Amino acid sequence: MSSAEFYTLKVNGVERQVSDAWVGESLLYVLRERLGLPGAKGACEQGECGSCTVFLDGASVCSCLVLAASAVECEIATVEGLNPDGTLTDVQEAFVTEGAVQCGFCTPGLVMAVHHLLEENPQPSELQVKEALSGNICRCTGYGRIFAAVETVVNRRNGASS
Amino acid sequence: MSTLKTRRDVLGTSALRPDGAAKVKGDFAFTSDLNAENMLWGATLRSPHAHARILGIDLSAAWQIAGVEAIVTADDVPGLPTYGLISQDQPVFARDVVRYMGEPIAAVAADHPETCRRALAAIRVEFEVLPALTDAEEAIAGTFAPIHPDGNLIRHQRIVHGDPEATGPIVVEGTYEVGMQDQAFLGTEAALGFPDHDGHGVEVHVATQWLHEDQKQMAACLGLEANRVRLVLGGVGGAFGAREDISLQVHTALLALRTGRPVKMQYGREESFFGHVHRHPAKIWMRHHADNDGRIIKIEARFVFDGGAYASTSSAVLINGVTHTQGPYRCANAVVDGYAVRTNNPPCGAMRGFGVVQACFAHEGQMDKIAAAAGLDPVTVRLVNAMTTGDTLITGQVVESVAPVERLIRETDSIPMPPPLSETPDELELPGGSGITSERRHIRRGVGWGVSIKNLMYSEGFDDYSTARCTLTDGKVTLKFATSEVGQGFVTLAPQIARSVLGVDDVVCDTIDTNIGSAGSTSASRQTWMSGGAVDGACRLVRERLFERVGAEHGIDPIRLAIDDTDVVDTVGTLRISVKDATAGVTISEEFEHHHRPTEDLDENGQGNCHVAFAFVAHRAVVDVDPDLGLVKVVQIATTQDVGRALNPLSVLGQIEGGIAQGLGLAVMEEIIVDNGRVRNPSFTDYLLPTALDAPDVVARLVEEPDPQAPLGAKGVGEPPCISVTPAIVAAIRNAVGRDIPRCPVRPQDICL
Amino acid sequence: MPVHLPKNIAEATQILLEHPDATLLGGGTDLMVEVNFNHRKPQTVLALRHVPELRDWSIDSNSGTVRIGALVPYREMETGTLASALPALAQAARTVGSPQIRAAGSIGGNLGTCSPAGDSLPVLSALDATIHIVSASGNRDVTFSEFMVGPKKNSLRPGELISAVSMPVQRGRQGYAKVGVRNAMVISVASACFAFQDGTVRLALGSVGPTIIRCSSAEQFANGAIDRAGMFDRDSARRFGELAAGESRPIDDHRSTAAYRRHAIGVLAERLALRGTQQ
Repeated sequence: MSSAEFYTLKVNGVERQVSDAWVGESLLYVLRERLGLPGAKGACEQGECGSCTVFLDGASVCSCLVLAASAVECEIATVEGLNPDGTLTDVQEAFVTEGAVQCGFCTPGLVMAVHHLLEENPQPSELQVKEALSGNICRCTGYGRIFAAVETVVNRRNGASS
Repeated sequence: MSTLKTRRDVLGTSALRPDGAAKVKGDFAFTSDLNAENMLWGATLRSPHAHARILGIDLSAAWQIAGVEAIVTADDVPGLPTYGLISQDQPVFARDVVRYMGEPIAAVAADHPETCRRALAAIRVEFEVLPALTDAEEAIAGTFAPIHPDGNLIRHQRIVHGDPEATGPIVVEGTYEVGMQDQAFLGTEAALGFPDHDGHGVEVHVATQWLHEDQKQMAACLGLEANRVRLVLGGVGGAFGAREDISLQVHTALLALRTGRPVKMQYGREESFFGHVHRHPAKIWMRHHADNDGRIIKIEARFVFDGGAYASTSSAVLINGVTHTQGPYRCANAVVDGYAVRTNNPPCGAMRGFGVVQACFAHEGQMDKIAAAAGLDPVTVRLVNAMTTGDTLITGQVVESVAPVERLIRETDSIPMPPPLSETPDELELPGGSGITSERRHIRRGVGWGVSIKNLMYSEGFDDYSTARCTLTDGKVTLKFATSEVGQGFVTLAPQIARSVLGVDDVVCDTIDTNIGSAGSTSASRQTWMSGGAVDGACRLVRERLFERVGAEHGIDPIRLAIDDTDVVDTVGTLRISVKDATAGVTISEEFEHHHRPTEDLDENGQGNCHVAFAFVAHRAVVDVDPDLGLVKVVQIATTQDVGRALNPLSVLGQIEGGIAQGLGLAVMEEIIVDNGRVRNPSFTDYLLPTALDAPDVVARLVEEPDPQAPLGAKGVGEPPCISVTPAIVAAIRNAVGRDIPRCPVRPQDICL
Repeated sequence: MPVHLPKNIAEATQILLEHPDATLLGGGTDLMVEVNFNHRKPQTVLALRHVPELRDWSIDSNSGTVRIGALVPYREMETGTLASALPALAQAARTVGSPQIRAAGSIGGNLGTCSPAGDSLPVLSALDATIHIVSASGNRDVTFSEFMVGPKKNSLRPGELISAVSMPVQRGRQGYAKVGVRNAMVISVASACFAFQDGTVRLALGSVGPTIIRCSSAEQFANGAIDRAGMFDRDSARRFGELAAGESRPIDDHRSTAAYRRHAIGVLAERLALRGTQQ
């Protein structure tokens, strides 16, 4: 590439070097193709599907719309970092048990979106769930089992805390 | 024999996906996630014109770009220059002429996707733009010069059944239009090709619905023996029909062979809209004759399916359309004409529902017109016409499948209606959602119905089969098949079958690739029946061998042996030995090919036993409509589906809810807009898919009447959910606003202007 | 280095002085689409992510003015103090893209792109917002109507960047409505912002003309027809809608038709005039 880039990204708490990058590369591309973190998926490249959802300084954003080289000095969290010990989070487990996964392409992005939602609002109403997930397109499930998974997590967390 | 208890994860239980954990963690390897040492990226140059002559292609500037390793055009295709599922009419690369916007002209391989993009931009193609054939009627009329050596008419089929002169006191007609829908799977087309060291073969990991068909077409175009083209299923991010045709398979293999390096191709979303076939836009005229009780006497119909530039599966889609003219209703007399035509519009082919979606939209609109003319409600008119097992279709074929149409309608009708819109609704409950376009007082509610019949498996004499191998050793089963897992859950179902037949818990599925016979396509709601039948057959052969072995060892006639829980037991004696112990150090492996019963071609009057089997479903839609702005919120879909037997109830529910969302999309928002052959909205900003806020409440019931023809009693459940939900929603909109709306998707202006 | 990451506005304007052709990057929700779709190949990027001043907002209770930094994400406007001060802006913010987009997108981005479909722009127009512009050679303020000069065209000069916008806090009824063909995450087919502010009615329209349209005839009619609380009767609301529809200048495109957009504006304006009443 004509314009090479060298920079450091902090992903899931680890400093990662990026070298020889093209200036126009999105965070999604760099995570997937340069840093070996393919959990974020690319399906629209324009922020209309949520498959590439990551956390950037705690905000839930589309990594396809983040210029990677501008994300230095930010805390980047990806689906791979949710549970570093390899076990499933309660959200991930509920997605499996409630049938919220079919082809699975949207799933990592949705898992991130649900974690973010429940972080901000531990007891969301049905409509709040739908609005919070309205940026994550799922083409297989029709969302019914995804809502069921969220409900399961909310009930379990509330049961556990009471 | 001891009492049977329900074991974990056998047939009939909601066993969980074996790939679920990997998918939720982001570890599951979709094809786009694959990488290889020394890999290059591939990209495709596509036509900006719908119809143009290619006067010259200049690659010199593109070759100057550092990092470009290969550029291939039509001149570089070593074998057959064309491919296609039914007729081989589609060029690997356009040579002299381009026939649709987006047609491939060249492909490049380079070190970085951005290098590829720059190389594509540097290729100079000189075009002479030609007038585009974009009106299907012109293709039928023969007034436009052929745009392809095969002509502008892909297929015409007529159906004449019973008395063509029959009529009745009620005559209703309508012309219905269905827009071009996109499958819009989330995981765009992707493949990674590895050249063999000798340069005479290739291994391609690809997201596809049908490995062996890809292999056959690729080998022909590459000029290789089929066994030198090995295909491995890469993780598939949804399919819905769009991965049945060749897209980037030949290009990827060609670039890998040309460069001697692994090559990965992956379409972006915009390219994906041009890279695969879509649902046929259709125009359908129907005239129903009925008696005063609303009973159908005769149906006249004319179908026009716009197949776009290349044939793909258009001829089969047409047959599905015309043979489903009557819907799930009795009809003794019919005169139907159907055309599938070639135009310079985007090529169309398979999409979930395959021609029946279009037919159903028309016949369900007609049923409501009959109801109105006869003074019946939408439920009664459907009940008085409901077909049942043993009825004869307008093709002369007798419906041998379980056909519980009346029961589906009655059960759906008994599902409670949703509560009325509250007096103080949240704005997100109203049409328009967060746009806050309306208040409670602006909204009207409507109810509509749709009922459908859908053929299962392939038709018209196609020798359809699926292959599976079962290997049992040390109480552990390995299943091998080439069945594409595209998200539907065959990798969940196949182990359930093995557990049920063989009394084992430990079942794994081997790599899905071409190292076994074909499984046919993951389409036509066929894999549970076909590949399920193959896995079941292979497991039963292994069980026979196991019984022979245990019988010989213990001096028992194998016929006395059975599987109970995880043991082999003597049904009239005391022997009980676990399958694990019985297979210690032993390997039993059997392969089975499951064929469905033969079907026939249609004759010139459209008569013949062309279909294998049928499944049925009923939908009732409740919608809230803002009549002044034409905005719609689908509130509830009640549905009852004829599934034969729910082998995995959770998976069935997933198919039902997912199919409903796609049918909802076609009803109110999804359409590829084509203007003089040019696609205007190839992006997710402008091609709208239902979001979580568009999803209705789904109340689903299943009718389980096992089909005696089906290997496991189960009918395919993939397509029916998306078929009659669309007309149900549109009928509900009509009901809310009191207007005749003859097309889908329904646009706001169709409601309020 | 082609990506510059200034830490404050002074650094940003200095870099812009040295690289007047640099591409400005805010939340990325517009620019990165262009890059990803191969429509734009930035050479030098000025990424403003790390400029805290651009992410600040404040309310001056003396002047009754809200000042919102150019990169304050929309999600911060949806609820809380900002939403109470500017309900119409809160409603507009909630319709922007998806939650993920609202976490990144900002008014500065809407202004930089200056699409007639920019969701926040009708609010800025109706409230006669002031756009604060900075550069190495000095700062200037322009009104919204001076700022947006055409579809995707603004009056920003080379070397300038938008630092903030200012609007008066709500002093009367205000509301925003947007028509899209989906219940969430959708580009505006037609939108409108209504405000009854300082005794006068304002109405601004989005997606129905080359720029955001202020409806002077409808406003003039309304000011003569409303009561002292700014309330309409049904007939005058209908007339208000008709006048607004007449002032729209929509086109046919793949998202909708001119006829529908004009009709929708009439409905939205009438409904906004009556919103919250029982008429």
